[in-house]
Amino acid sequence: MEFGRISRRHLLQGGAALTLGTAFGAGAARAAGTTIGFVYVGSRDDYGYNQAHAQGAAALKKLPGLKVIEEEKVPETDAVEKTIESMINLDGASLLFPTSFGYYNPHVIKMAKKFPKLRFEHCGGLWSDKDPTNAGSYFGYIDEAQYISGIVAGYSTKSGKLGFVAAKPIPQVLRNINAFTLGARLANPKATTQVIFTGDWSMPVKEAEATNSLIDQGVDVLTCHVDGPKTMVENAARRGAMVCGYHVNQSPLAPKAYLTGAEWNWEALYPKFVKMIAAGETIPNFYRGGLKEEIVKCSPYGEAVSAEARKHADDIKAKLVAGNYTIFKGPIMDNKGNAVITSGTDRGQTDPELEKMNYLVEGVLGATS
Amino acid sequence: MTTGSADPVEAVGVAPAADPGFLQRYGATIEYILIPGAALVGALATFGLFVALFGKNPLDLYFYMYQGAFGTWFSWQNTLTRAAPLILTALCTALPAQLGMVIIGGEGALLIGALSATSVALAMPWASPLVVQTAMVCAGVIGGGLWITLAGALRQYRGVNETISSLLLVYIGLAVLNHLVEGAMRDPASLNKPSTREIGAANMIGSIPGTDVHWGLAFGLVAAFASYILIYHTVFGFSARVAGGNIRAAKIVGLGVNKLILTICFLAGGAAGIAGMVEVAAVQGRTNANLAAGYGFTGILVAFLARHNPLAIIPVAILLGGISASGGLLQRRLGLPDASVLVLQGIIFVFVLASDALYGRIGFLKGKS
Repeated sequence: MEFGRISRRHLLQGGAALTLGTAFGAGAARAAGTTIGFVYVGSRDDYGYNQAHAQGAAALKKLPGLKVIEEEKVPETDAVEKTIESMINLDGASLLFPTSFGYYNPHVIKMAKKFPKLRFEHCGGLWSDKDPTNAGSYFGYIDEAQYISGIVAGYSTKSGKLGFVAAKPIPQVLRNINAFTLGARLANPKATTQVIFTGDWSMPVKEAEATNSLIDQGVDVLTCHVDGPKTMVENAARRGAMVCGYHVNQSPLAPKAYLTGAEWNWEALYPKFVKMIAAGETIPNFYRGGLKEEIVKCSPYGEAVSAEARKHADDIKAKLVAGNYTIFKGPIMDNKGNAVITSGTDRGQTDPELEKMNYLVEGVLGATS
Repeated sequence: MTTGSADPVEAVGVAPAADPGFLQRYGATIEYILIPGAALVGALATFGLFVALFGKNPLDLYFYMYQGAFGTWFSWQNTLTRAAPLILTALCTALPAQLGMVIIGGEGALLIGALSATSVALAMPWASPLVVQTAMVCAGVIGGGLWITLAGALRQYRGVNETISSLLLVYIGLAVLNHLVEGAMRDPASLNKPSTREIGAANMIGSIPGTDVHWGLAFGLVAAFASYILIYHTVFGFSARVAGGNIRAAKIVGLGVNKLILTICFLAGGAAGIAGMVEVAAVQGRTNANLAAGYGFTGILVAFLARHNPLAIIPVAILLGGISASGGLLQRRLGLPDASVLVLQGIIFVFVLASDALYGRIGFLKGKS
């Protein structure tokens, strides 16, 4: 009998959530009074992937009439479905940002089908036309910013040896390693990038070991693609090496050693999304962009960056922002001597071939498997 | 000198006299309920103090915990969904504990069970869903069972400590899973999130009708009841407990200790293997690194809190499921970090372990003869 009462109360709450959802879907001033839920896979102060999203959430908190709720360390299991439902049922959230790549399939898809009137914006660029239209998946071409980091690193290295601490040999990571190396070789054609894969997104001990072992091999500029670059940045700075950051600006961790970094610009994108919704515009389900669209950005240069490096990097950045520069422009050889992009072929940012990248370019020391 | 009726000794002496038969019969059972209950209340009170130190109102805390875990029908479903895998993984520790073994490798058995279940499902695309699902359950049990049997065999035949070996087998299991998921079993379409192919929507086992709770809960309840009957109401279970009490005595009376240990290890691993199978067949639909969500490790906590009693595992798993279900609300409403839930789990663990000292020492529960 106690259950009956709970059931009825739940029905009422469900009704309320539905009304809220409808109001959100149809009203003109839809952003006003909206509750927005953010779900992170790690902790929101990790100086990395999750902090980048939390900075975007913080930008939304400054807008009037919005309520932002956040939950961190939600694993990529049905726990994320329950978190989303809890945000909807108990807090009345009508716009959800499940920010981890692995949340999308099946969890976000399932929730988008279950709550067709609410809007889901996932980070990862995974939406396909089979998926519900109230779900969207956005992502940024952060390899553009890695390319700029590479140029700066190429000028800053004395040994000509660069290091890259990477999580897994998957296309997104390989693309960052390759862009970084191509940028570095623009500045210093003899530069090499030694890559070490740690095997997973958050392996602080292995990341520290990789950092030390790279420096032992003579590497003097490092960057990374793991969820929390803090370990690499702090360890490299302690050993006297220079670093390029990733995800967010890590210069507070190593003010002297920090050259520049490839950052997400969610604090620009999220308010833009909310304004689009408020204005009644549709957010494209598959939303991508780079420096030009202000989805990614470069950290301000550190004091160790030479004037020459700044000039070259700024020059290329301006071209990327103008949209008339191609990073993956043939001929490009992989590090086994095969031509992966032939002469005369331009693989522009939106080229789907780049999404399948499974090679390391010439100049990278390491293997994908 | 006597202090009259206020003398505790006298009061204690009087109470059992009122109904010695009742207390003699049920005293131990009451202890099993009263002592953990008191430990729980103590832990919650301590956690309230801890939260008060952060300037939050402990009454709000208790209210949100109740609301997030049990306050609505949605919250109940959230709690039960989270409890389901914990019941199964807790059995992986609780069953071998009857034999005096400390097995903490449930996570590894879960992963191998999931991998085995996925493999058989992918190997029989022609079969009807019921056949596939049955095969998946069998494969989950066998895969997980053999994994823990390995730890049991190492102990019985090679003298390897089963606690260490079962823990190390977790990392081997994870490495095997990652190796296959990123290699031989990888779905070529899973570019940035290496996964196996999907087992197909038709083969998913879905939710218990009328709820959002998947069938894993039913598997858990059945396994817990079956384990209880096996341990407390069969000759096999009696032999196991004898061997657990004194292994030499068991050998002297002619019990096949090796066989007992291997069988119990197989059943224990099988339970965790089903948890893995359910994660695939009810939640993820495929195998990837998301399966390593730590259910196996939380299961250890559940088993110890339940004092390795298969029936007590059910309420304890629901309690811990409720704590993790309410964790989100604590983050969102009170702004507590995710780690606060871990603090509470830790406090409960310490209180329950410390309360062990009270068994048999509560005077009024001792049925004097």
